[in-house]
Amino acid sequence: MTPAAIAHGSPLTRVTALVLRHWYILRGSWLRIVELAYWPAVQMVMWGFLSEFLSKQTSYVAQAFGILLSGMLLWDVLVRGQLGLSISFLEEMWSRNLGHLFASPLRPIEFAAGIVTMSLIRTVVGMVPVTILTVVFFGFSIYSLGWPLLAFFFTLQMFGWGVGLAISGMVLRKGMGAETFAWAAVFILLPVSGVYYPIDVLPYWLQLIAWALPPAYVFEGMRAVFARELLRPELLAGALALSVVYLAIGFCCFLWLFNISRRKGLLSTQGE
Amino acid sequence: MYAVIDVHHLRKEYDKIVAVDDLSFVVPGGAVLGLLGGNGAGKTTTISMLLGLLVPTSGQIRILGEDMLRHRFRVLPRMNLSSPYVDLPHRLTARQNLVVYGRLYGVRDLARRIDELAAQLDLAEHLDRPFGHLSSGQKTRVTLAKALVNTPAVLLLDEPTASLDPDTADWVRTLLKDYQRQTGATILLASHNMPEVERLCDDVILMQTGKVFDRGSPDELIARFGRDSMEEVFLDMARGRARNIEELRKVETVR
Repeated sequence: MTPAAIAHGSPLTRVTALVLRHWYILRGSWLRIVELAYWPAVQMVMWGFLSEFLSKQTSYVAQAFGILLSGMLLWDVLVRGQLGLSISFLEEMWSRNLGHLFASPLRPIEFAAGIVTMSLIRTVVGMVPVTILTVVFFGFSIYSLGWPLLAFFFTLQMFGWGVGLAISGMVLRKGMGAETFAWAAVFILLPVSGVYYPIDVLPYWLQLIAWALPPAYVFEGMRAVFARELLRPELLAGALALSVVYLAIGFCCFLWLFNISRRKGLLSTQGE
Repeated sequence: MYAVIDVHHLRKEYDKIVAVDDLSFVVPGGAVLGLLGGNGAGKTTTISMLLGLLVPTSGQIRILGEDMLRHRFRVLPRMNLSSPYVDLPHRLTARQNLVVYGRLYGVRDLARRIDELAAQLDLAEHLDRPFGHLSSGQKTRVTLAKALVNTPAVLLLDEPTASLDPDTADWVRTLLKDYQRQTGATILLASHNMPEVERLCDDVILMQTGKVFDRGSPDELIARFGRDSMEEVFLDMARGRARNIEELRKVETVR
């Protein structure tokens, strides 16, 4: 045996190892890469034409043509954030690899950091081409939002990661029977996120729920920029603070369900 | 001698089912201990608890001097596992799997280590094929390469030669014996393969329904049971023929 094989791990090398594991899969299949941009592209085309139609009918959309398209694109940032994380987790379940992973020095927080990083990569790979296509097809650039776009992006990603981590914990605990939640759970938030309409059109009790979630702040902030060319830092700060809280809650849920799974012996038995 | 694996009164219950009951044993450094028992005897449950994949209901586990229930991450870089019950990602090539696990274990000069393992396990021509496309014997060898990638001081092997033909299985046993001799690693082996146990193990724990049925070297057990091989010893235990022997010879159930 060579002395070279002595272990010298660090949290960063373990996180990058996990990212590498998923990157190998992603880069190995062009279909998987196309799939990342497929739904955002289909939705972009649909909302683009709807925006063109509505801009001729209503002064609101005519004034701010990109408001629906931006809503759709930013909503997809949230969906891709959650889904990108859940898919990385499900890959481990499908391949029955969790036993090897958690018998290694990889800690749960490093595992979470790895799948969060992959979620970010999947979102960028899927969304950037779609934003470019939006310019090509409809002459609209979401980058016209300026630097608040970066804040909106990371806020929605963080919230998506929080939701994704909680769902991953649930799938680990309940098995593949709960897989459907990984694909659909985030959509329950769509009606109270204010993606396509202002929060104040909701009934009061739903408004209370909406303002307890980060997307309401992001989409209201986005509308303020487009419709009134007004940057509202209080909305950005609220969105950011809530996203950090939800990410922490999501990780705690994951850790709690992970520890229950360790007690029940599910780490080496879960899979398809 | 220094106890590398030290297990005290280990118990695991799932609701009302007791999978492991009051299991205690010590494995000195450089020894190979076999866990032998039928299906459901508690071997895999025991290995899972040693690795921290499963939390015991009660009891203590110390490996390399560390309390595994509290400080397992101090020890896990120096341990590894091979098990047919846990898979590797099928879409990754054998090499990619070894790169990922080599990095997880923080192995330096990883490319060289992978080449070394590929040569030892006759995997060189299969390294760049997807794991899922390999035969079951080739998969077992890749899993074994993953188990050796960090040159572990404590190696846990759950049926390491399952799915291998007799020739390859014998060759893998030689490799494991050589690895143990060269590195002084401590090995815990769960197996149904009696010639494997006789050849590799210094000491054997016979397990039945989660409890220690008997313990000793293969020669001691064969002599105690009055049999010619470990296979006959195993069949005596599995079919309940050892009850009289147990009474007559006052077999120790726990050491």
